[in-house]
Amino acid sequence: MLKTRIIPCLDVADGRVVKGVNFIDLIDAGDPVEAARAYDAAGADELCFLDIHATHENRGTMFDLVTRTAEHCFMPLTVGGGVRTPEDVRALLLAGADKVSFNSAAVADPDVVARAADRFGSQCIVVALDAKTVEPGRWEIFTHGGRKPTGIDAVEFARTVAAKGAGEILLTSMDRDGTRSGFNIPLTRAISDAVNVPVIASGGVGTLDHLVEGVTEGGASAVLAASIFHFGTHTIGEAKAHMAAAGIPMRMA
Amino acid sequence: MLTVLVDYDSGNLHSAEKAFQKMAADTGGTVLVTDRPEDVARADRIVLPGDGAFPACRRALGAYGGLFEAIEEAVTVKGRPFLGICVGMQMMTTWGREYEDVRGFDWVGGEVVKIDAHGLKVPHMGWNDLVIDHPHPVLEGIATGDHAYFVHSYHFRVADPAERLAFANYGAEITAIIGRDNMVGTQFHPEKSQATGMRLIRNFLGWRP
Repeated sequence: MLKTRIIPCLDVADGRVVKGVNFIDLIDAGDPVEAARAYDAAGADELCFLDIHATHENRGTMFDLVTRTAEHCFMPLTVGGGVRTPEDVRALLLAGADKVSFNSAAVADPDVVARAADRFGSQCIVVALDAKTVEPGRWEIFTHGGRKPTGIDAVEFARTVAAKGAGEILLTSMDRDGTRSGFNIPLTRAISDAVNVPVIASGGVGTLDHLVEGVTEGGASAVLAASIFHFGTHTIGEAKAHMAAAGIPMRMA
Repeated sequence: MLTVLVDYDSGNLHSAEKAFQKMAADTGGTVLVTDRPEDVARADRIVLPGDGAFPACRRALGAYGGLFEAIEEAVTVKGRPFLGICVGMQMMTTWGREYEDVRGFDWVGGEVVKIDAHGLKVPHMGWNDLVIDHPHPVLEGIATGDHAYFVHSYHFRVADPAERLAFANYGAEITAIIGRDNMVGTQFHPEKSQATGMRLIRNFLGWRP
């Protein structure tokens, strides 16, 4: 049986791991390669690197970091942040990423997803979708770290990128990110029901019960979290045990 | 002992290269990533990775003058041990039926068809537990219940049950490992499957069929 995945996410800026509270206050939490090795050893199911400065400061992505991580970690690695073209995807895949995530570029031109998926296969193309509640039961896509509204309906956009060939959707609730108040469950459920590709729930995890809710109520195939793992609040093993106890199939280390 | 990883511009070879290098360091061999038929011809072992669509991969193998034929000869005539990974494994089939009907190497009878997961998400993405059908030297130390990392939307329906070495459950039985004579293939990615995958790679590097 396929297991629900736990994915620690390393927000990276200037080669260091950071975690922004609502994407504003950055707290240095260490070397990404060391963190990746620790999560590999701890039995994380995948890893995610997000270059959080790449879009708004127009920085290139972090090839060296990806290369060094791939030398040590024999587990799936998704990399996002500042990815604009199929050439960016290719460069990251060659550096050692297993999946590459589009964000703003897919909003500006959803066809870039199709071009990348046709060339490299849907299995390595993720679309990171940042959504904010605009009224109850309606969510809108935001870009540029949640600062820029687009007027695009999140559920419709999820359907669009899935049809274009995205193999997975990384869904972040911008209302919840950094709040530790739990995933936005109605949003997660709406997106998960709308597409046939796996949805990773992200944004707002503060407790292990939140991880459970993302799967049992939100319908997510995977859960992504940062702070609760980075700052040692909980280990990957504790999270897996808690989710397994709630009846979710997990891969126990 | 030279192990070649065939590079035909299909997906990420970096992690596969690192994984094989790490295990080859233990067994005393060397690993070469190459797109040259002459390197395939002199290899002691051949690994064919692959991501993406079956027809595109088959075309790419044909595009590197003589690569497909060099692999065919090394494996079927010279009997070199072969490991196919993901689409590289699917390429061992008679027929790939992704978008269009395309012939593979036809080493393991069957066809590669879309996963019908009965309402489950496709691609089949993530960690699934293996159920071993038949013991095999490449599976030494790997048991039913061990997990491997899968990412695929098409799967290999094997004609002869004796050639399916392991499967995973996802709506239906999904072929996980195939094998016959000097050739094996894994639908999952051993290079991403942590300890289980590294074990399989080490076993393959020491395998003398």
